[in-house]
Amino acid sequence: MTRNNDSPQQVRTSIANTQMPPAASSILPAGALAPSFTLHVTPDQTLSLNELLGRPIILAFYPADWSAVCGDELTLFNEILPEFKKYNAELLGISVDGVWCHQAFEQSRKLHFPLLSDFEPKGEVARSYGAYRSSDGVCARALFVIDRHGVISWSYLSPVAVNPGADGILDALENLPP
Amino acid sequence: MAQLRDAVTASDHMQGDVQAAVTLVEYGDYQCPACGEAYLLVKRLQEYFGKDLCFVFRNFPLTEAHPQAEAAAETAEFAAMHGQFWQAHDALYENQEALGATLYLELVKTLHLSAAGLRQAVEEGSCRARVRADFSGGVRSGVNGTPTFFINGRRHDGGLDFESLVAVIEALR
Repeated sequence: MTRNNDSPQQVRTSIANTQMPPAASSILPAGALAPSFTLHVTPDQTLSLNELLGRPIILAFYPADWSAVCGDELTLFNEILPEFKKYNAELLGISVDGVWCHQAFEQSRKLHFPLLSDFEPKGEVARSYGAYRSSDGVCARALFVIDRHGVISWSYLSPVAVNPGADGILDALENLPP
Repeated sequence: MAQLRDAVTASDHMQGDVQAAVTLVEYGDYQCPACGEAYLLVKRLQEYFGKDLCFVFRNFPLTEAHPQAEAAAETAEFAAMHGQFWQAHDALYENQEALGATLYLELVKTLHLSAAGLRQAVEEGSCRARVRADFSGGVRSGVNGTPTFFINGRRHDGGLDFESLVAVIEALR
């Protein structure tokens, strides 16, 4: 579990210490520069982190599409999108599932936010955030709130079987400097 | 561990004594199959623990996944405005397969309430406000799906079976 409530000043000063590749079991903490990425969001479109900077970004790494509806993390976040929008935040889901799988999942669950495919090289982006589970070849259940400058302001690693909910994300968005 | 941020108050839908040793708060959705199962589970827990357990129900409709969840929740809140929340709550779960306008109108009639009154309350949003307030409070408390239970203020991340819940509640009473 990683919860970090560092002040903005502490966040900035800790960046230099967090540039090393993360250990497999530790996700990037608050203060680290968010690793850039470009991933497929549809079969013929890609999305880059850099394109979205200038507003808060929520990255939700999750193990796989198609978990049960009622307790599903993405289904929950989909319902909460209006709360995220109050902070002008953009939510991105990331798993190692392929684009076609994501497309079917998005349509089935009526998701109103993009799902990115960390498919090839498999899990490369998740690894760069320390959010890859080599043991079973999927993304960990990890959340990151990235500020408009591209610095991670909050991160949280949930037990893989526990949907983390959105309370931590909303607290982090609330604590972002204006 | 997520904590309940909105304390239980007299305005909650409550069964049992607020001073009971254990308070079980459920965030639920009337169209969620797992909540349908939890409805029966809570009844068993209430029978088992008697006056030691206070049960509170709050709305958490997953409206994108469950198109009838909001309307059902608003119907229950309309009944609540006339002091008949639990009758509506129970009837909705017991007829979960039949959720829809016909059921809501039949329910209102059975409770001797006005169908026009329900329509007006839905149109004016007077029931919706309560449902949204429950939902927002749930989000801030870390509700992570339906049903989500809080036992004496702590989110229950364990099993949703009778034995698992009995064990947690037993340890607190």
